[in-house]
Amino acid sequence: MGMTLEELARGQIARVIGFRSEDSGLEPKLREIGFAEDDEVEIVHFGPLMARPVCVRLNRTLIALRRNEAAAIEVSIG
Amino acid sequence: MSALRLALVGAPNSGKSTLFNGLTGGTAKVANYSGVTVETRSGIFSTAAGDDIELIDLPGIYGINARSTDERIAVDMISGRLPGVAAPDAILVLIDAATLRTHLHTVLQMKAFGRPMIVVLNMIDLAERDGLELDVAKLEAALGVPVVTARATRAPGRAALMERLAEEAPKWARNDSDAPLTIPELDLKALQTDARRIAREATLHEPAANKFTRTVDNVVLNPFAGPLILAAILFLMFQAVFTWATPYMDGIEWLAAWLGETVAAIMPDGLMQSLIVDGIIAGVGSVIVFLPQIVILFTFILLLEASGYMTRAAFLMDELMLRVGLNGRAFIPLLSSFACAIPGIMSARTIENERDRLTTILVAPLMTCSARLPVYTLMIAAFIPNETVWGFIGLQGLVMFGLYIAGVVSAVIVAFVLKRTVTRGAAQSLIMELPTYKMPNARDFFLGLWMRVAAFLKRAGTVIFAVSVILWVLTTFPLGAEGLRQTIAGRIGSILEPVLAPIGFNLEIAIALIPGLAAREVAVGALGTVYAVQGAEENTEGLAAVLQSAWSLPTALAFLAWYVFAPQCLATLAAARRETNSWAWTGFMFVYLFVLAWLAAGATYHIARFAGL
Ligand SMILES: Nc1nc2c(ncn2[C@@H]2O[C@H](COP(=O)(O)OP(=O)(O)O)[C@@H](O)[C@H]2O)c(=O)[nH]1
Ligand SMILES: [Mg+2]
Repeated sequence: MGMTLEELARGQIARVIGFRSEDSGLEPKLREIGFAEDDEVEIVHFGPLMARPVCVRLNRTLIALRRNEAAAIEVSIG
Repeated sequence: MSALRLALVGAPNSGKSTLFNGLTGGTAKVANYSGVTVETRSGIFSTAAGDDIELIDLPGIYGINARSTDERIAVDMISGRLPGVAAPDAILVLIDAATLRTHLHTVLQMKAFGRPMIVVLNMIDLAERDGLELDVAKLEAALGVPVVTARATRAPGRAALMERLAEEAPKWARNDSDAPLTIPELDLKALQTDARRIAREATLHEPAANKFTRTVDNVVLNPFAGPLILAAILFLMFQAVFTWATPYMDGIEWLAAWLGETVAAIMPDGLMQSLIVDGIIAGVGSVIVFLPQIVILFTFILLLEASGYMTRAAFLMDELMLRVGLNGRAFIPLLSSFACAIPGIMSARTIENERDRLTTILVAPLMTCSARLPVYTLMIAAFIPNETVWGFIGLQGLVMFGLYIAGVVSAVIVAFVLKRTVTRGAAQSLIMELPTYKMPNARDFFLGLWMRVAAFLKRAGTVIFAVSVILWVLTTFPLGAEGLRQTIAGRIGSILEPVLAPIGFNLEIAIALIPGLAAREVAVGALGTVYAVQGAEENTEGLAAVLQSAWSLPTALAFLAWYVFAPQCLATLAAARRETNSWAWTGFMFVYLFVLAWLAAGATYHIARFAGL
């Protein structure tokens, strides 16, 4: 069982290896905004109030996501 | 021959509107299509080869799987699915050059429609400054469509695109058929793999993400500093609206008074003079006064948007909004609603969840729109002393801030209740790109500001003008009426009086509220007209002073409380009707706002009386 983007520590750089979600609509959304296999991702900020939103660096862009959405992105480190 | 129709497609913040303004000179017309609530800006320009091109600015999209209403409109337009509107003749796809790799799949999706297209790698200046090196010829060969780089903000930066358009446009065929294009069935994963391979081969050097943005974000998105900065920006915005505008407002007020006196001196006494001085100059003048505040408010909103801060604000607000039952994305529509609920209600289209969108629309009128500013300003000037508290904060500004907060807090409560009752619904998502920080472009800023100012002036010149004249008629006739009560307006007002008397409103207020239905700020003009007609010569010292002597403090406070909720703005109700496509929801909005306004005004009045104010 691999890791997901949600489990990364802040600043830890990883690569996307796939998607998993109970919501079948989530993967196309994530793909269209730009997530794809082999992309570099990193959590750069957590929202205030121990929040659900996280700010993720995807290659050269920044994407705001909720934790449950980040949990749909499988990653590997190193 | 009719112009070739070119659709402008790209992700949010890729520079579509900037390019649109640059190519068309900003002479946009807003097109409304029957049956659907689409408003797209389109404008015409000519290529060097003499072809006329109609450019259509569309909402931002990342692909063809539309998530929100906004995105659906864009995809429907491109694919010719809007009733009665043919698919465009060609597509101009805009990509932020700095994020080519991440966004290139959009180009492949658009290509699958089989329309002629041109790809624009925009913001090339920023990408190059970061150190990105691209092989455009290679990219063009791999994609099989024309590719140009551009800097949409400058004319020389658009020259290559103009040249290319001149070459390509003659090859495009006009499409008059209403038949929709088939939306291609594509395997996104395979498409992304292709796109990334193409991007990799065309990228000579790809630097790390923008350092400046990262540095600023370390502060702006910091979980502790971020919300404080946001609060400070909002506070500054509202203080600015209230204090910076004052000298200009005084100037306009003086001008209106001078104009009234001059006309009164030149014209013979009589009905005609009364119509022009008491009706038109007093009515329209009392609204134009608020132009400076509207300019300042929109200045802030436009700059926050163009700089890239607005999406950060949405990110910071997301958790808070979630707890209320809304979505971080609702922050932008709600903030725009401070200027006017109508663009706010329309921009709720970016919210993908229908229930969230509905909730946002329903609470948007609780944000204090600029049309309420006239009312607040007048009341505060008349009843709140101009003192300084804690050494530097103006008491008047503070009360104003309090009224804004009252609107926000009630929106929070209403949204909270709605989400747990009538608009309950499924989970929602955020998924939003945060653009790099940019220096806002002066030309686009002024164009955007002018569009809003023009809309305000147009209202002042038409709706408010007409209402001022009608109100003057109603308060003047029948001639020889003994006091206000016997005029037509007085009789209409008396019908409302029993409902409004328990909350401390007098006949004059009842009368002013009726035309206030046309537009909220008209209430001020209406009060101006009502008291001008009634008081004739003696009240030259301005409406504020007149009200001071005519109203008790509890009544004034109740009036303010009423306006926090006041449902009366026909244009907002019409916008809600269009966007929700439901009379029931529109009726619900009107009724709940009316009930809240009545209760709040009543409570304020009686508490203030009880407190001995
Ligand atoms: N430096 C630079 N800034 C640009 C360029 N194109 C757009 N911008 C800026 O990018 C921001 C977003 O542009 P806008 O046209 O509103 O994007 P839209 O959401 O696609 O309509 C604005 O602040 C523009 O001034 C460009 O080519 N170079
Ligand atoms: Mg735009």
